[in-house]
Amino acid sequence: MELSNNITTTFMNYMKNASDWVTFAYDAPFARAVLFGVPIGGHLFVEGLLLVVILFLLSQKSYKPPKRPLTNKEIDELCDEWVPESLIPPIKEEMEKEAPVLESCITSSAAGPHTTINGIDVVNFASANYLGLMGHEKLLESCISALEKYGVGSCGPRGFYGTIDVHLDCEARIARFLGTPDSILYSYGLSTMFSAIPAFCKKGDIVIVDEGVHWGIQNGLYLSRSTIVYFKHNNMESLRSTLEKVTQDNKRAKKLRRYIVVESVYQNSGQIAPLDEIIRLKEKYRFRVLLDESNSFGVLGKSGRGLTEHYNVPIDKVDIVTAAMGHALASEGGFCTGSNRVVDHQRLSSSGYVFSASLPPYLASAAITAIDVIEENPQLLTKLRDNVKTLCTGLLGIQGLEIASDILSPIVFLILKKSTGSLKNDLQLLQDIADRLTQKLKVLQVLKEHSVFVAPSKRSTLDKCNLPVGIRLFVSAAHTESDLQEAYESLKSVAASILTGQN
Amino acid sequence: GSTSSYLPPPSLSSRRPCASLSISDHRSTSLQQYLIVKMITIPYLTALTTYFSYGLLFAFGQLRDFFRNLVDWWKASNLQGYAPICLGLEDFYIRRLYLRIQDCFGRPISSPPDAWFDVVERVSNDNNKTLKRTTKVSRCLNLGSYNYLGFAAADEYCTPRVIQSLKKYFASTCSTRVEGGTTALHSELEEVVADFVGKPAALVTGMGYVTNSAILPVLIGKGGLIISDSLNHNSIVNGARGSGATIRVFQHNTPSHLERVLREHIADGQPRTHRPWKKIIVVVEGIYSMEGEICKLPEIVSICKKYKAYVYLDEAHSIGAVGKTGRGVCELLGVDTADVDIMMGTFTKSFGSCGGYIAGSKELIQYLKYTCPAHLYATSISPPAAQQIISSIKVILGEDGSSRGAQKLAQIRANSNYFRSELQKMGFEVLGDNDSPVMPIMLYNPAKIPAFSRECLKRNVISRVGDMVGIKYFPAEPKKPQLEEGRVKVE
Repeated sequence: MELSNNITTTFMNYMKNASDWVTFAYDAPFARAVLFGVPIGGHLFVEGLLLVVILFLLSQKSYKPPKRPLTNKEIDELCDEWVPESLIPPIKEEMEKEAPVLESCITSSAAGPHTTINGIDVVNFASANYLGLMGHEKLLESCISALEKYGVGSCGPRGFYGTIDVHLDCEARIARFLGTPDSILYSYGLSTMFSAIPAFCKKGDIVIVDEGVHWGIQNGLYLSRSTIVYFKHNNMESLRSTLEKVTQDNKRAKKLRRYIVVESVYQNSGQIAPLDEIIRLKEKYRFRVLLDESNSFGVLGKSGRGLTEHYNVPIDKVDIVTAAMGHALASEGGFCTGSNRVVDHQRLSSSGYVFSASLPPYLASAAITAIDVIEENPQLLTKLRDNVKTLCTGLLGIQGLEIASDILSPIVFLILKKSTGSLKNDLQLLQDIADRLTQKLKVLQVLKEHSVFVAPSKRSTLDKCNLPVGIRLFVSAAHTESDLQEAYESLKSVAASILTGQN
Repeated sequence: GSTSSYLPPPSLSSRRPCASLSISDHRSTSLQQYLIVKMITIPYLTALTTYFSYGLLFAFGQLRDFFRNLVDWWKASNLQGYAPICLGLEDFYIRRLYLRIQDCFGRPISSPPDAWFDVVERVSNDNNKTLKRTTKVSRCLNLGSYNYLGFAAADEYCTPRVIQSLKKYFASTCSTRVEGGTTALHSELEEVVADFVGKPAALVTGMGYVTNSAILPVLIGKGGLIISDSLNHNSIVNGARGSGATIRVFQHNTPSHLERVLREHIADGQPRTHRPWKKIIVVVEGIYSMEGEICKLPEIVSICKKYKAYVYLDEAHSIGAVGKTGRGVCELLGVDTADVDIMMGTFTKSFGSCGGYIAGSKELIQYLKYTCPAHLYATSISPPAAQQIISSIKVILGEDGSSRGAQKLAQIRANSNYFRSELQKMGFEVLGDNDSPVMPIMLYNPAKIPAFSRECLKRNVISRVGDMVGIKYFPAEPKKPQLEEGRVKVE
């Protein structure tokens, strides 16, 4: 009791002392001073003190754990520990298969309609020589004169003395044939699409593309870093709904460029794109169309001008047309046509054009001659169409395989009716069929009977296309009736023997 | 939105406007050499005037654009709802700077790009916007084509064989290598190339650019690291981007920086996840076409061996042009070809043909034949071009019975070194190494580019002009100035 009283008294004393001090501070002369016309009360003194304390705390650095960069010794250890993967995965059996080596035979050049493989004479259905221009004397003549005049290579890119006058002539000829203002030549078929696309489609643009396009287009789209939307293969309904959705999503897309990329005759399936529908949709939704006419140039249309002539669409409705010349024109390289703006833009911003050597001049002169031949001989086109029809009718009722391509397409694409479920097994089966066809001579031991050389379509590991693999038959105008008969009869019998029970 | 890519002012440490010559070996008296000289520091006055001239051109261009926009605002646009192909400043460089000097580029020729060739003259009616060909030609000394060993024109050994193969195999096989495109000629070509380069096996494609773009994505993918030289060619950059791997750059031809980059990245691992890298590929070139420098291969190979990275060597310019028997930088610098994992090259420069190759171990080539898109989807190389390569390799190796090959190789080396020393004596600033046939001469001021080019054309000499800053932005810009006939000019 005494103690608590003492404590209380002492406490009260302290309190009284403190309050005395505070009162003193309040009543101190400076406390009543008037600074700048504002009376300063004693409380401002306390607030000033608080401010000082706050500033002191803020100026303290926050605690960060100290950074300890790796020492040299640690980096050495990590580098020693790291084991890279091997450069290539281990070689599997199917990788060891060699491609068949063609040798020329007496009647035609090596990759012509008839050829020799391993000593066996075969009918060649694996070269895209649609109009049979391979081995044509006019082309040979122009090539020989170009070789003697210009040598083989052109030794330079187009910007620096690699432009030879035959290049300019070839570009003018192609533009005249198709009815466009100008065209531009590329030195390789595959690089045409994957250089043209990044020149136009930049980051942020929207590109709607068919899911069955070939690897060149896929690579070009990947390099262009634009937004890519796929639609179902050759399905116009899917295209329409995709366009609708994309236009809805991007209302502010005034500054964005929008493209639709399609092929005229798809290499992976043989279907033909309905161009009139596409043009109608394009005009409604304001997209630009990029058309790859590699397999239809020189084939479709009354005079071979391609898909636009086939559907009676004026060529200036399609913004950019590209094609590889390695198919109907029996040359190499590729070209791109369109309006003047389109072509001029590519001359400076298309990497495969600017950074690479130009097309060898003899191939350019071969292309010019080939176009001349096509213009003078429209009967080649009718012959090709008849051949395709004969082959297709002959192949009806084949066991286990069905025709997936269009009746007008020069590629006759056969797919398995019932797929085995895995790409590898499908490919193996088709390869067996192809091999048997080539070796039919040995199997049947019939003299003077031609075998047929076909090739199943191959897929690279980089290819994103999901369409089924199949056997591709490239029909040519140089094939005769007997060749075609041979082809479909052999195919029927071999398919029957390998694919029994699959129907 | 799209990135605007107009020309920024050049930085002093990177490229500057320069001229370079390409020397081809030829037994005529023409002095064609590529000069290469180390980087030289620029005097301040030159730098200042260069910046000033670029700034002036830029300002002038902007002014004209402003007026153009005003005029266009009055006229209705005919695009009707479509976004324009080039927005805003994207093609500023092309419209305002390049078009003014367009006549210096893309000059057509009407004869093979030999030592002397015919350049077609062009006229323009609308102030250089479009150029029309005339029938006049002028015979000029060629210092601007990639004709190192003189195989560009019709050759006495090669051309008859090429014509023979044309008759036998025709100009094109119209099909891919795996289907109907492999002929006996292609197999022979691959063997000959593998032998020449010094590797067990080789794969040949129809175009050099596509080779790089299609091989790198197959070898490396996401989770891998590509370390490439800062001045690598556009095809390598494209291939690296297309592969999806992480790309890092090391300072041009500096092995010590490469080592630092390698150590740092192996220790760090993949970005964000820090998992170890799947594999690392270091990409270098044999001779850099812009600088003319030879790669420091022995040091780079030893560093890569130490850190277990794979070496990818692009010999587009050096194969056939350097080395005692023309086998490229490996022979020149004494590097064992087994140490370089992947060797790539093109046939356009020294062999006078077209196409590209990849050489490596047998398993590598087998794997590539199975997966590489250039092999599976693209038309095979044209048979006459293949025959030209085979014949020219035979000439280089002396297997055709004459010593022309050895003479050509000695001639180009002598030419290169002579020309370089003469130009340096004349006071030009020349980049590049000795023995290299590429010679860039620095001009600095952008206005000198067309002046130099047109003056040279008047005196019938051809080289290439350009400024190298634009390489990253505009492909058309690598310019190498023309060079005059050394001896004549000196006197």
